Amino acid sequence: MVDHGVDMKHAPRFLNLGDSALTVEFGDIIDQQLVETVAAFDRRLNRAIEQGALCAVTETIPTYRSLTVLFDPLKNSPEQLQQRLFDLLAEPEENLDRKIRYWSLPVCYGGEYGPDLERVANSCSLDPDEVVDLHSTQIYQVYMIGFAPGFPYMGEVPEQLQMPRLKEPRIRVPVGSVAITGRQTAIYPWESPGGWLLLGRCPLPLFDAGRTEPALLAAGDRVSFRSVTPADFDKYAEAASAATLDYSTFLKQGTGQ
Amino acid sequence: MSAQFNVIAPGVLATIQDLGRSRYRRIGVPQSGALHPDLAYLANTLVGNPVSTAVLEFFLIGPTLQLTEGSAQVALSGDFTAELRRGSKILPLTSWRSITLQAGDLLKIGPLVAGKVGYLAVTGGFRLTPVMGSCSTYLRGEFGGVDGHRLLAGSRLDLLAISAPQEPDRQLSQSAVAAVPGLIIAAETEGEPQQIRVIWGPQEDYFTSAARDLFVRSSYRISRDSDRMGSRLEGTQLDHDPERGSEIISDGIVPGAIQVPGNGAPIVLLADGPTVGGYPKIATVISVDLPILATLQPGRSICFRAVSTTTAEKLLRHHRQQLAALVEQIVPVATDPVIPAATLNRINLISGVVDGRRDSPEVPVTSDGD
Repeated sequence: MVDHGVDMKHAPRFLNLGDSALTVEFGDIIDQQLVETVAAFDRRLNRAIEQGALCAVTETIPTYRSLTVLFDPLKNSPEQLQQRLFDLLAEPEENLDRKIRYWSLPVCYGGEYGPDLERVANSCSLDPDEVVDLHSTQIYQVYMIGFAPGFPYMGEVPEQLQMPRLKEPRIRVPVGSVAITGRQTAIYPWESPGGWLLLGRCPLPLFDAGRTEPALLAAGDRVSFRSVTPADFDKYAEAASAATLDYSTFLKQGTGQ
Repeated sequence: MSAQFNVIAPGVLATIQDLGRSRYRRIGVPQSGALHPDLAYLANTLVGNPVSTAVLEFFLIGPTLQLTEGSAQVALSGDFTAELRRGSKILPLTSWRSITLQAGDLLKIGPLVAGKVGYLAVTGGFRLTPVMGSCSTYLRGEFGGVDGHRLLAGSRLDLLAISAPQEPDRQLSQSAVAAVPGLIIAAETEGEPQQIRVIWGPQEDYFTSAARDLFVRSSYRISRDSDRMGSRLEGTQLDHDPERGSEIISDGIVPGAIQVPGNGAPIVLLADGPTVGGYPKIATVISVDLPILATLQPGRSICFRAVSTTTAEKLLRHHRQQLAALVEQIVPVATDPVIPAATLNRINLISGVVDGRRDSPEVPVTSDGD
C-alpha cells in the first residue's frame, strides 16, 4: 500500500460537534495507518475511562480518520476536555496485548446472490471465477462499523476490482449482500437501499439485537471469504435462524496474516 | 394481578422510549430515546418514577388506550388535552397531570396543539425487556420497545406495577410549565421564526462564506419529511465550497448535527439518526434547543443563531436549574376528578338542565347519552 499516512508530527484537529461532543480528527483520507492511529487512541481513551479518569466522557465513536468523543458538558467544558485529550495523546502508547480476530465468512457468489458479478468481471476483463478468487482470498480489515447497526466498512479491495458505485442505486439490496465500491467492501446487515456492486451473499446474520455481542464484526477485525454453494448457503442460513450456529467456527486459529 | 392496556387506536408513530442507548454507537446503533427528554422526565416525575423509566412517545395524534385489567396511575405531558371515558361518562383532562385509571377506563389522547410529541408515563413503567441496556424503540433496526414496532391497534401493553396506585394524582399548572422555555412551544406569530441556537462545525469550512452567512440570516421551514431520524429543512440552499466539495470521509454524528448533502438542503439529525455520515455538517444544535427543534410541527419556520460552547453550557446549566425548580411545584390535584358514579350521574343530570359547572375542568360536561 502506498503510504499516505498522516504526518503525526502535526497535532490532530479538535472539532466542535455541538456542546456535548467533539471530534478528534487525525486526517481526512481512507488509509490503514490512519485507522490504526484512531483505534490506538480509542483504546487508550477507553482504558483511561475504565481507570476512572475522564469521567465526563460517555462514549466514543471511532471512524476511518477521527474519534468522536461524547461528554457531559456540565462535568467538563470542551476546553478542559480538549486539554485532557491532548495530554493523553502526548503519553507514550502502552504495548497492550491485543488479540486480532481473523474471520473466514461463507459467501455464495454470483447468480441471484451476486447480480453484479458478471458486470464486474466484464469491466475488468476477468472470468467471474477469477473475481471470486481475488475478492475472497484478500484479507480485509474492518475499518469501522456504521451507516446501519453492524454494517462493516472493510478494505482494501484488490486494485483490479476497484470500481465506482452504481449510477442508479438499488432501492432494495437484500440482507447479507457482499458488495464492493472503490477500495472498500462490505456486507449489508439489513435490507436497505444501496449503490455498491453486489458480488454475493453471506448467510450469517451480521447483526442480532438478541445476541450478547449484537454485531458479528468489530472495527479492527480481519475478514476473508470462502465461496460456498447455494446448498451450503441454505444450510448456514437455516442454522442461523434456528440459533444453532456456532459462530466461533468461522474464526480462524493463529495469526492468518 | 398486573394491569394491562389494550391499544384501541395507535395514534401516530407511538413508540416506547427512555433515555436511549449509550456505548453502542461503535457498532452503528444510534442513541434513540425520547425526542423531548424534558417532557418524558416531567411525565415520569408526576407518577413518581425514576428518570430512566420508559414512557410512551406519540406524534401529533395520541393513542386511545383501554385499561383492561387492574388499576394504574398514568401521567400526561405535552401540549394537548385528553379525555377519559368511564362507562357512559366523559371526563376532559388537561396535560401536565397524573390520573388514576380503573379497569375498563378508556383514555383518548390528543391531538397535539403546538409541538408534535407528547408523552404518557405509568407508575412503575411498562413490562418490557431492555435491548442493549435500553427499552427505547429503534424502528429501523426493529428492536427495543414492544418487539421493535410502533404501537399497533389491538396490541397490548403490560404494566409492571402489581399493586394498585397509592399516591394521590398530582399536577403542574400550565403557567408554571410555560414559564420554562422549550416545554410549551408558542404558536407561530407572523414573521417570527423560532430561534434555534447552534455551534458552528465540525465542517463549516466546507461552505462558502456566503453560505455560512445565509445559514444564520435566512429562515427555514420544517419539512413534512421529518421523523425520529431527522428533520429536513426547506429554505435557502447552502453552497459547498467548490474546492472542497459536498462529501467528506465519514466521521461521527450526534443528534443535533446539521448535515448538508449535495443538494444544499440541510437535515438536522435526531435521536434515531445514523452514527456516522459522509456529508459536511455546517453546525450543531445546542442541547437546550434540540428538543424544541426535534418536536416543532412541519411547516413551522425557524432561524439559526450561532453561540459559543461556553454560552451553550451556561444555558444548559440554567435550564437544568429551571427544571429542578419546576418539579418542586408539583402539587396534588385539587379536586379529585374521579367522581363516584352516583355523583357523576347527578352532576350530569343537573348540567343537562343548568350548565352552571362548565368552569370547572374536572366536571363532566357531556356524555355519550346526551
